[in-house]
Amino acid sequence: MSSAIIETNKLNAHYGDAKVLFDIDFKLYPGEIIGVLGANGAGKSTFLKAITGLLKVSPEMYTLKGKHAGGMEPGDIVKQGVAMVPEGRRLFPSMSVEENLLMGSFAGRKGRWDLKAIYDLFPVLKEKRNVPSTSLSGGQQQMVAIGRALMSNPEVLLCDEISLGLAPVIIKDIYDSLPNIVSDGMSVVVVEQDVTVSQKCSQRLYCLQEGRVSLEGKSDELTREQISQAYFGI
Amino acid sequence: MIETIIQGLLLGGLYCIFALGLSLMFGVMRLTNIALGDQIIISGFIAIGIAAILGLNVLLIGICILPIAFISGYLFQRMVLNPTLSKDPLPSLVVTFGLSIVIQNVLQEVFSANPRSLDSGGLNTESFSIGADLHIGVLPVIIFITAIICTYGLQLLFAKTALGRSFRAVSDDKEVAELMGMSAKKVYATATGIAFCLIAIAGIFQSIRTTVAPADGPSLLLFAFEAVIIGGMGSFWGTFVGAMVLGISQQIGFKFDPGWGIWFGHLVFIIILFIKPNGLFPKTKG
Repeated sequence: MSSAIIETNKLNAHYGDAKVLFDIDFKLYPGEIIGVLGANGAGKSTFLKAITGLLKVSPEMYTLKGKHAGGMEPGDIVKQGVAMVPEGRRLFPSMSVEENLLMGSFAGRKGRWDLKAIYDLFPVLKEKRNVPSTSLSGGQQQMVAIGRALMSNPEVLLCDEISLGLAPVIIKDIYDSLPNIVSDGMSVVVVEQDVTVSQKCSQRLYCLQEGRVSLEGKSDELTREQISQAYFGI
Repeated sequence: MIETIIQGLLLGGLYCIFALGLSLMFGVMRLTNIALGDQIIISGFIAIGIAAILGLNVLLIGICILPIAFISGYLFQRMVLNPTLSKDPLPSLVVTFGLSIVIQNVLQEVFSANPRSLDSGGLNTESFSIGADLHIGVLPVIIFITAIICTYGLQLLFAKTALGRSFRAVSDDKEVAELMGMSAKKVYATATGIAFCLIAIAGIFQSIRTTVAPADGPSLLLFAFEAVIIGGMGSFWGTFVGAMVLGISQQIGFKFDPGWGIWFGHLVFIIILFIKPNGLFPKTKG
């Protein structure tokens, strides 16, 4: 297997004095889809914050494309090809749909994803390109959030609970678009609380519990019992 | 009455330029610059100093001072204000309040307490007439037109340019803006650089129109505050309208009695604050 695009080595992270991640060893290879599972407070979003530079960690704990990336600014990590779809979508409320999408291209990375490609992927957004992002439905807002992240032409896409608060049919639509998104070799990390969704869409799974990796393995080889035990600790 | 309203609008033009820098910094960073009035005054003194040393006319002084103002604002934000920015507004308030006191004392030490003005070659006394009774000063009209251009320019910058989008992005959600590849610190510094250009323009106009003295800053800050709050914080056309309301109110007060103008403005400000606590045109958030 080729070398990992993202690798963490005994990654620890803190909020002030409180330690929230404990010795996380994680690898993401090019073109791979990884699921990160865990209950509320397990440390999933914190882990993504560490990967994106929003939470500072020691340089040697986090390697991006073979170089130490712990402590890098979020903007520099985006320019290295890591984009995130944040939990709760977090669109810019003062902007239209298209303006939100354009914000994603700020990092200036060239590639397959531009406005036309995003509108081809999510045609409904083209019709609503000039409306305020806040007037969209939850599912449409999630499409904008995904499109905005793709506009930076990332090599790694981090999705933080993209199914949160959405109807099952919308969740299915969004996950159905994933194969199209990753067709050019993009790596994806899908953080989810939903075991079924996470197991179905990923090749490997990490389960977090209280800030520690409680289970790791190939998605199709892990049993529901193993996952339940790692997820709930029972 | 028509003359009072026209004079009020023209006075409002000056208040608008005072207030735009405050509105810009608050809109982008949620930062209230208590030193704004003193920064206007120091800009006036710098313009007077440049005129005395280099003998330049007002337009050339403006051309010289704007790049200096932008660089000063950029560096001031990067080195002094950025470390104070957090969810707690108190650190930046304390720092800008302290800066206000420092500026006043430095100006007093260097220039003494005497008021000074910038020689505009008679521009401040030129006027034209409309009809038999209405006389309008050329300088106030220039200031008013500049206020419209600055307001429109800022609105255009925010609505139509990539820089404006980055201002709105960090204002909406700094963390997500950084996830788009922006450096919030650089965006903030650029916004303060532009705000300092507006402050410099205000300083030049103030020092031509009347006099500037080291202790004048707080009263200018008060007018700027009132204009911004009447209009609604973070909205440029709101600030423009707020400044007009303040200018007209003061002129109406002056019409009743020369001593009533300023407090009449305060009175209207308080009334509007009671009726619409978020101002006439509050910045809407989703």
